[in-house]
Amino acid sequence: MKKIFSIFSLFVLLIIDFAAFAQTQRFPRPEFESGYTQPVASMPEPRAGIFALVDVLLLIAALSLITWFIHRKRSRTGVVITSLFSIVYFGFLREGCVCSVGSVQNVVLALFNPGYHIPLSALAFFVIPLVYTLFFGRTFCAGVCPLGAVQDVFLLRPVNLKKWLQKVLGLIPWIYLGLAILYAATGTDFIICRYDPFVGIFRFNATFFMFAIGAAFLLISVFIARPYCRFLCPYGVILNLVSRVSKNHLSITPASCIQCKLCENSCPLDAINKPVEVKQMEGKRSATRRFILLGMIIPALMIIGGWVVSNFHENLAMVNSKVRLANELLHFDSNTMKESLEIEGFRTSGKTKEELYLESAAILKQFYYGSWMLGAFIGLVFGLSLAGLTRYKYREDYEPDKGECVSCARCLKYCPVEK
Amino acid sequence: MKKDRREFINTCFRFAAGASIVGVAGVLANKSVKGDYLWQLDPTKCTQCGRCATSCVVTPSAVKCIHVYDMCGYCDLCGGYFRPNVKNLSTGAENMLCPTGAIKRTYVEDPYFKYEIIDELCIGCGKCVKGCGAFGNGSLQLQVSHDLCVNCNECAIARDCPSDAFKRVPLEEAYQFAGFKTNKKI
Repeated sequence: MKKIFSIFSLFVLLIIDFAAFAQTQRFPRPEFESGYTQPVASMPEPRAGIFALVDVLLLIAALSLITWFIHRKRSRTGVVITSLFSIVYFGFLREGCVCSVGSVQNVVLALFNPGYHIPLSALAFFVIPLVYTLFFGRTFCAGVCPLGAVQDVFLLRPVNLKKWLQKVLGLIPWIYLGLAILYAATGTDFIICRYDPFVGIFRFNATFFMFAIGAAFLLISVFIARPYCRFLCPYGVILNLVSRVSKNHLSITPASCIQCKLCENSCPLDAINKPVEVKQMEGKRSATRRFILLGMIIPALMIIGGWVVSNFHENLAMVNSKVRLANELLHFDSNTMKESLEIEGFRTSGKTKEELYLESAAILKQFYYGSWMLGAFIGLVFGLSLAGLTRYKYREDYEPDKGECVSCARCLKYCPVEK
Repeated sequence: MKKDRREFINTCFRFAAGASIVGVAGVLANKSVKGDYLWQLDPTKCTQCGRCATSCVVTPSAVKCIHVYDMCGYCDLCGGYFRPNVKNLSTGAENMLCPTGAIKRTYVEDPYFKYEIIDELCIGCGKCVKGCGAFGNGSLQLQVSHDLCVNCNECAIARDCPSDAFKRVPLEEAYQFAGFKTNKKI
């Protein structure tokens, strides 16, 4: 009896002890007698929310200003001044973050992931340049985008690239855009931000790799106009599409073109289209044949593209941390291998392996469908650019290519025509 | 005639583009939030792996150890300050756990000591956090210091964090201490 009682009392004691332990900390805060005042935990304030509004207002102001300079004043100096402002404010002061190029990913993530709430400023940075482009052409690229502006001011000795090389390199941004959308939609990564070449320079603080890429791009942009904008920028291709149907695009001449050819070589981006002779009408038969052929090639390219890329969907998915962890865990052998930080973190999270494998399988499936769409998209882009090459466009005057032209206003001073 | 047709098609496309821009903006404006979201780490998930010190785009890292004094036990033998199996409890460099000597130990009254973090020296490695969590109250906690964080669109540490502890938080919950709410003790 006594023994039972003693065990029981010990048990009660243990419970009381445990409850007390759970409630208080291991070492309770002492009661000080010497009049010690405790400092408060340091919690530096974040940047106030009002500044997000300032960013958006400055974006609108800069866009309006540069559009006015380009369309009304027709002044290259004005464009340079706005460029310098953008480099200083959106580049160095805001350290390259909140930028329209990266906002593509926020928009995609918000569309696909219901749990993600897009900051209003990021949405504004995505939409406002598009609206301006729809009305006035790519004035955003001209000097408001800090990435474009910093390359533009470095352009000192422009060299023209071969047309075929431009066309081929011009396909890269589409692939980059497709990949960025795939990774943003699956919630994997923001690759545009990760491989932003200039953000390290804007911050004076980055890894060597980031600096090296940024420096390389700036060095190239001394000779080749805007290498990032033309051959990588994923937002640029969206603006390119919108600009093609823009309402009031910049025109080289203020009145009517007299075909003096003075502006012919003035564009460092090769975005001036020359007048084309009236072509002999193509025979109806060959035109129909060409049309049917293109109509077959484009779907075929899309299917081939989709099939090829979907074969690599597992490789693409390896960027996702959950898929990588599941893969690592699957091949993990506790006898021979040392536990990685990822596996250790997973163990302490309390999730079961099965949950992780299911999650990873779901992500892999998303990547499978996503990579089919990505491949089909790339195929479509290839097919349409092929179709674009065969299309005959009659032109009487020297006109900027509405898609490629970034409205940098360099060509304007070459035109001798007065208003 | 031909010119008109081309212009008509252009106008159609222009309206289509305009409609889709407005559409996307409309759909997302409903879901959007005013003001920025900030990156913060959840100390309950953190395993103090040490990557905060190396993965941040800012050097030294924007992640710092923050001392929540309300939770501190003011121990003489501090698990966050001293190395394990330390011989004598003095402020000698050979006794310190912190690789940069960023913790300042001062005598308060017998037998209590105050520990302060010198923010300029802290690199956010989390060694002291691990020690304090293992042997003490867990009053030393890693947090993103918002005056240093440049608030990247996608946090580089979040990408490398093995325990998925980084998340976007609204401005009002900028700091997330474990076991302690800002200005309010549990």
